[in-house]
Amino acid sequence: MAAAWSPRARGGRSLPLALARNSSLSLGACASVVTSHRAGPGLSRGISIKSERSLTEMCIQLGEFVLVEGENADQPFVAKLLKLYEDGSQEKHAVVQWFSRITELPLNKRKLLQREVSPQEIFLDKAPGYDTDINVETIIKNVKVIPLAPKEAVPVRSNGKQIFFVKESWDGKCFKPLSPGSLSELKEAEKNKRVGSPSPLTDCQTSDFTCSLKAETDRVTRSTVKTKNVQMEIESRHSASKSSLSKERHSQRVANGINTPGARKKLQLNSPTKSRNKLTGCDVLELLGDDCDALESLEPSATKRKVTFTEILDSPPKISRTNGESDSPLTIRGDWSKLAETVRIAPYRRSQASSLKAKNLDGKDDDTCLAEEQELKTRSPVVIPRSHRKCVQKTTARIAEQLHFLNISEQDREDDYLPSTDCSDSSSNEEEESMVPCTPKRKMRSSTTLSTPKSLRKPSDITPAKTPRKTPEPRTPKTPRNATPRIPIRNQATEKPANVLEEARLRLHVSTIPGSLPCREEEFQDIYNFVESKLIDGTGGCMYISGVPGTGKTATVHEVIRCLQQTAENDGLPSFQFIEINGMKLTDPHQAYVQILQLLTGQKVTATHAAELLAKLFSTPGPKRKTTVLIVDELDLLWTRKQDVMYNLFDWPTQKQAKLIILAIANTMDLPERIMMNRVASRLGLTRMSFQPYTYKQLQQIISSRLNHIKAFEEDAIQLVSRKVAALSGDARRCLDICRRSTEICEFSSQKSASGLVSMAHVMKAIDEMFSSPYINSIRNASLHEQMFLKAIIAEFRRSGLEEATVQQIYHQHVALCRIEGLQIPTVSEIMAICSRLGACRFLLVESNNKYLHVRVRLNISQDDVMYALKQE
Amino acid sequence: MSKRKSKETSSVNGECISQVQRILRERFCHQCPNGKLFGVQLQYKHLLELLKRTTIHGESNSALIIGPRGSGKTMLLNHVLKELMEVKQVRENLLQVHLNGLLQTNDKIALKEITRQLQMENVVGDKVFGSFAENLAFLLDALKKGDRDSSCPVLFILDEFDLFVHHKNQTLLYNLFDISQSAQTPVTVIGLTCRQDILELLEKRVKSRFSHRQIYLMNSFDFKQYLRIFKEQLYLPAEFLYKPFIQKWNKNVQSLSEDRTVQDVLRNHFHCSKDLRSLHMLLMLALSSITISHPFMTGSDLLEASKLCRMDSKANIVHGLSVLEICLIIAMKHLNDVYEGEPFNFQMVYNEFQKFIQRKAHSMYNFEKPVVMKAFEHLLQLELIKPIEGLPLRAQREYLLMKLLLDNNQIMDALQVYPNCPTDVKQWATSSLSWL
Repeated sequence: MAAAWSPRARGGRSLPLALARNSSLSLGACASVVTSHRAGPGLSRGISIKSERSLTEMCIQLGEFVLVEGENADQPFVAKLLKLYEDGSQEKHAVVQWFSRITELPLNKRKLLQREVSPQEIFLDKAPGYDTDINVETIIKNVKVIPLAPKEAVPVRSNGKQIFFVKESWDGKCFKPLSPGSLSELKEAEKNKRVGSPSPLTDCQTSDFTCSLKAETDRVTRSTVKTKNVQMEIESRHSASKSSLSKERHSQRVANGINTPGARKKLQLNSPTKSRNKLTGCDVLELLGDDCDALESLEPSATKRKVTFTEILDSPPKISRTNGESDSPLTIRGDWSKLAETVRIAPYRRSQASSLKAKNLDGKDDDTCLAEEQELKTRSPVVIPRSHRKCVQKTTARIAEQLHFLNISEQDREDDYLPSTDCSDSSSNEEEESMVPCTPKRKMRSSTTLSTPKSLRKPSDITPAKTPRKTPEPRTPKTPRNATPRIPIRNQATEKPANVLEEARLRLHVSTIPGSLPCREEEFQDIYNFVESKLIDGTGGCMYISGVPGTGKTATVHEVIRCLQQTAENDGLPSFQFIEINGMKLTDPHQAYVQILQLLTGQKVTATHAAELLAKLFSTPGPKRKTTVLIVDELDLLWTRKQDVMYNLFDWPTQKQAKLIILAIANTMDLPERIMMNRVASRLGLTRMSFQPYTYKQLQQIISSRLNHIKAFEEDAIQLVSRKVAALSGDARRCLDICRRSTEICEFSSQKSASGLVSMAHVMKAIDEMFSSPYINSIRNASLHEQMFLKAIIAEFRRSGLEEATVQQIYHQHVALCRIEGLQIPTVSEIMAICSRLGACRFLLVESNNKYLHVRVRLNISQDDVMYALKQE
Repeated sequence: MSKRKSKETSSVNGECISQVQRILRERFCHQCPNGKLFGVQLQYKHLLELLKRTTIHGESNSALIIGPRGSGKTMLLNHVLKELMEVKQVRENLLQVHLNGLLQTNDKIALKEITRQLQMENVVGDKVFGSFAENLAFLLDALKKGDRDSSCPVLFILDEFDLFVHHKNQTLLYNLFDISQSAQTPVTVIGLTCRQDILELLEKRVKSRFSHRQIYLMNSFDFKQYLRIFKEQLYLPAEFLYKPFIQKWNKNVQSLSEDRTVQDVLRNHFHCSKDLRSLHMLLMLALSSITISHPFMTGSDLLEASKLCRMDSKANIVHGLSVLEICLIIAMKHLNDVYEGEPFNFQMVYNEFQKFIQRKAHSMYNFEKPVVMKAFEHLLQLELIKPIEGLPLRAQREYLLMKLLLDNNQIMDALQVYPNCPTDVKQWATSSLSWL
């Protein structure tokens, strides 16, 4: 994007300059920002955003409302422009007052409103912690925001999606009705703004243009078509064009270059047979018409636009706007001059009628209609200094296009069209400059733009049915996908615990979240301090947490987050966003990107695309972004051969603008050294923490704190459990499970024991159940021949001195043993059956092939165990 | 008149017998929850309590039922579920998901099946079956939404649990156990497996989340109880239509269990395998011999059935071989004796056979080599011999190395019962050395 200060400042003290970013990259993405200085060099009164592609220019004044690029391309931020300035490094900045959509507010606070909030309602955001200083280039376009008195209801309109209503303010804790002062202030701004912003009526008209493709003479038909289709069309056009616009902007940032806006894409769909070389005049016109549509409904398409700080000459209504498309074919191709001539003529004839018709149609909404009228009047082309570099840039753009494969293939194909369009754009612009029209004509011209495309489109060219079908299509499947699934609700309520043991069992369940986490105070403090300091600094960082399973890693981290969130709510800390992913809950390491992006912005995209979006998100300075705290549980499962997922995860926090804090959790202490490449381990940093297995005292404390003075266990019993578990693994889950099982055992046998408490015996039994090896008992309960077979195996092992034998060899031993014992000798088939039975229980390891007698067999348990089990009888 | 009467009784008997057959077959073949459980009262109680707590209190749990094949794991579970379903509160709330490791061979299929069984696919149209990742996220979302008090408890039953362990990363098990250990929708995960080393197969994180409840089924009964089970399995129920027949039948069963030969048959069977499934197999075979003319089971029926059960399959094949093929097998046996089980090829067997023919055979015709080769290949097809692995199969047919899949005992036993075996062949079989 290129931006230049306007040389037409009143004081003559302007500095022509180019904004650094991407200025030389491409013509396609080129946009210029021109400011005018009224008071001095540091202050400008307005901003003019100009779209390259559609050749429209939009002026935004101070005090107007704008859409600002955010994380979610579907929902750009809404803000009010307060101030424009240029900093030392010659970057243009804007100071804004933020507004929040309902979706941006924290979920738990939304209920405070106690009413349904329409998606068009926004809130004056007075919450602290947002950066109000944004880069001018992140501004997408201006929007209309209508302030409402507290009693007023939000009007429902189907065609007013781009209008927002503000009623209340939000200060981070509660909603307040707008103060009279700010209300009037907003009203003032709104009044000023009305002239510059597109109104719903425009949308209505444009959508009509796309759908009805009749010749201009066929007025009657057109109007009927219009009435029929208008509702649906508006909806679809809105959603499609809006998302395409801001999404374009997104992908453009990612690609750092050119892209095609949605309108262009549609063109391709409509005329798929046209090749690049055979671009007929008709196509050009059509293309322009499409662009025009996009522009009318939504301001300039993002990729190709200019942002200019304009000089506002006298009064606000004089905001300028270029409308030169209809002329462009004239200059490019002489052959089509005739056609173009009609183009120019036709609108003149029809302009009045079309606006009239619009009035009739939307008679119910007079207000909008008026605004539309007003707007039409005020749309006057402005003279823009054109840089001649454009032609040079064109070639660079073409190269850049070919280099960028990040876009989807369809878009790539369409990029081919770009150069010719640019050519026409620029030339038309130049022409526009030369013929600055007089005021009455201006009005006419503005409406020309609206009707031109339609008058030119031949019905044969595009099937009318296609347009309405194509546009809403990508939207439809989204609704069911976002439907929240849930398990059915039970009919009867769960029973409350009836006695002490049941109460204890409930509290001892691992799922119960304890009020505090005993025995992890130090770790808690360390993690808390780490995250807190990063939050306060507004920087990012990584921390690696390791420990064997069941040592409270995840629980502690969650506890930390809970505490931090509480502090943040009480204004102790800047607020932050908390997301969590778990390696075990992903089907593939790359799905991590998808999940993170979805949790951050709610978008659902493919893994590769998500990676790009995230990289962009964390590498560019985003306005209004909170710090993100990301928990990566089971980190080791994110390992890939190239380790790109881990690399990216740990690389993002190192970026200046990322504001990302990562808490990575895994089991092994030496994971970074063992499986990570140096460059990944280095980015992970040295902030590590290791959770030691619980000692028996800690386990004891955990149990007691969970029981919380419920007298269900004997002291000794608790100690026994803790000591046993501490000696085995130090896994708190195991400890709680044993306790729970002991209460059950106690309950079953409580008829016999006198005290109702869980005693040592119960605990011992539970421990035995859980940890004793099942082998010995199973062998003792095996059938006689099965036991004999095991004996035969050992005999054969002893004979051969090997730990492996074939069934045939064992069979001979078995037969010999049977003769000694005087038992009936089993047949080979029976022996094979016994062998496979023992193999299924994994007493034996049996080769899995069909070698029958020559299958090799090994013992899966120690010979001593077998001997011990068999000797007892 | 009397003739007509006898005909009438026989027709009643015919109806009666088919009823008996139907009832008993149902008992032996299906794992019907109506049958009785033997020796697993403790386990039954444990499992019932566990599931009751899940459904009534909304407590999450996980447990494994471990026991050898045929020990009644599924039967136990079915019994418990049947009793559980009699409680109204349970019947209306409990959601069941049945998975089998042999059917759901990977997590993707398992997730689809879970979604289907929870009847959630209609919530999202066909979209849920989009991608594996989406499906997992969807399901986890669904289960996360619930809580202990309000959501329907979900019972996951994983048959052939050991096969789920081999799924990639044990993602499914981790997630199921994780849900069972966190405050989400109450779930109970019941795994059925015959592997005793199942806990060692679980990944450490999965293992930590598993509650370590193991219910062992061991077939821990002795022969006396086995006899009782035998009787219980054969008794006709009291609601049988032909009342007088019940008494007769049951009395017969009682006398059977006291019969010496029957006890011997059962004891041998018991020594071989204790599980009830094999007992059912035995009784099934005996039951099939019951007809109108032979309305009651006898000891010889059981003896026959037992013989059928323990029949040696390979030795049976030998019975149907030609004399030439028998001769080849004997030649192989001698080669095995001489070379101590080393593999042989056709040429060696042929030479051995030639020696026998030339020296002493009176009754044997000297077959040409291609004929002998054909007989050899027939043995190969019957899998009585098998080419040893790891060698290229491109070698000439005569020199392919083979191994005999029969034991000497089997050969000798088979020869004993082989009809019309020439005496010189029999003699040759007992000793090869006398010919040298």
